[in-house]
Amino acid sequence: MALQSLDIKRRSATTSPTPSVREPSVGAVAKLIDVSKCIGCKACQTACMEWNDLRDEVGTNVGVYDNPADLTEHSWTVMRFAEYETPQGDLEWLIRKDGCMHCEDPGCLKACPSPGAIVQYANGIVDFHQEHCIGCGYCVTGCPFNVPRISKKDHKAYKCTLCSDRVAVGQEPACVKTCPTGAIEFGTKEVMTEHAQARIADLKSRGYANAGLYDPAGVGGTHVMYVLHHADQPTLYSGLPKDPQISPAVSLWKGVAKPLSMAAMALAALVGFFHYMRVGPAETSEEDERNAEKEVSHE
Amino acid sequence: MSETARPRTLPRYSASERSNHWVVAITFILLALSGLAFYHPAFFFLSHLLGGGYWARVLHPYIGVVFFVCFALLALRLARHNAWEAKDAQWLKQFPDVLANREERLPEVGRYNALQKLLFYVLVLSAVGLFLSGIGLWREWFAFSVGTVRLAAVVHALCAFVAITSIIVHIYAAIWVKGSVRAMTRGDVTWGWAWRHHRAWFRQMVKGANK
Ligand code: HEM
Ligand code: SF4
Repeated sequence: MALQSLDIKRRSATTSPTPSVREPSVGAVAKLIDVSKCIGCKACQTACMEWNDLRDEVGTNVGVYDNPADLTEHSWTVMRFAEYETPQGDLEWLIRKDGCMHCEDPGCLKACPSPGAIVQYANGIVDFHQEHCIGCGYCVTGCPFNVPRISKKDHKAYKCTLCSDRVAVGQEPACVKTCPTGAIEFGTKEVMTEHAQARIADLKSRGYANAGLYDPAGVGGTHVMYVLHHADQPTLYSGLPKDPQISPAVSLWKGVAKPLSMAAMALAALVGFFHYMRVGPAETSEEDERNAEKEVSHE
Repeated sequence: MSETARPRTLPRYSASERSNHWVVAITFILLALSGLAFYHPAFFFLSHLLGGGYWARVLHPYIGVVFFVCFALLALRLARHNAWEAKDAQWLKQFPDVLANREERLPEVGRYNALQKLLFYVLVLSAVGLFLSGIGLWREWFAFSVGTVRLAAVVHALCAFVAITSIIVHIYAAIWVKGSVRAMTRGDVTWGWAWRHHRAWFRQMVKGANK
């Protein structure tokens, strides 16, 4: 859904400039998820369903707390539960709220072939505009976090919007509003980064020497950040990638390959045109016909 | 031959071969136009030829399957004429003579010249590449790992580029060499055309014609 009050900074499959006169004076926004404060209650999942009018199918218990077991077009955020045995032999329950990371350099947007189906607002939020989505699934190919899901019903891609509609009118996302422990916070990226530093200092003083902020540089930073107790091993948290990047295959395909191949195809056509203009057609003359006749009758 | 009589002709493609060729050509154009629409924003408007981006996305792979099956048939029919020969290398070496239309200096050409044979091989390879990678991209019916799909996207785009560029050359050759198009529209070529451009084939075809 396009929002009048939010300028679009980047638009999929668009080569012309996007509106850039207005700049948010406070800079970009960010959601900070403090994994160390999360109790896994899934209130955020419920709030997401409520606000966004989403109702997933009631599934079956797969033997772990994860429910639903994966992101779907109806479940834009899921809690992932990992049991981790520390080298000291302690058991840690690492719970991570999974969902779109709202990359500053979004692979989904880069891969999307349909103009305006994926946009990034000036505040950094990445949004899918389903009315322009053609259902090709290229965003799935582009995303380093395995987030977008294609609906079987309308063949369009869905994911967390960071409640762009709420943010546009000055409210925090539904999950932030509802979180009972304050594990999810929302504000400007600057303030959230500062706030995270205080949390990290606190965690360090409690023996988590490797506590840190997850704001991966490979995708230009993200507008959803995590405070992790084991920031040196993000993969412990149900496979959060250590150094996420837009795949080199996608960068090649949607990067240099495009202008080079376009130029080469245009060149092939141009060379043909000018060859004809310079050399002229390769015609068969009357003489050729006579020579052919002659050759046969002489045999 | 009297001056007014029409030049005599030689059969080059049967009605069935021509139909096969045109199904391949039409589906190829539809695939190239819809595919380019996904490939570059500058071409997105082409998706409207198939009813907009959504329908282009839906239809492209099905047209692709028709294309591939018909292409495979055509390629099997024509393969035996495309065996590489020593004189083909010589012909290629003299490519400037080809471009400058100095055919009298070139080795005699059989049914196909070296560039036509090369085009044949390049298209066979890229059609196979397009088919396999196209299956990889086809979410309607298949679900591959994201790594496989990423590879498929690159291979599909690369093969499409090679195929489209080759077809541009192919279409240009048909426009440049006058008298070629009727081979595919009417099925025959004049004796003079064959004598000039494919002399070895001409000799083979007329052997005993006047005896
Ligand atoms: C042989 C069977 C083929 C199949 C099964 C196939 C399938 C696909 C699929 C699934 C896509 C992704 C977009 C979509 O969902 O429609 C695609 C994209 C594309 N196809 Fe095909 N295709 C085939 C043949 C061809 C041919 C012959 C061409 C060239 C004339 C072609 C050119 C393209 C291009 C340029 C793209 C866009 C690639 C990109 O965005 O990088 N395809 N194809
Ligand atoms: S996490 Fe995936 S879907 Fe979300 S902005 Fe990044 S690339 Fe796009």
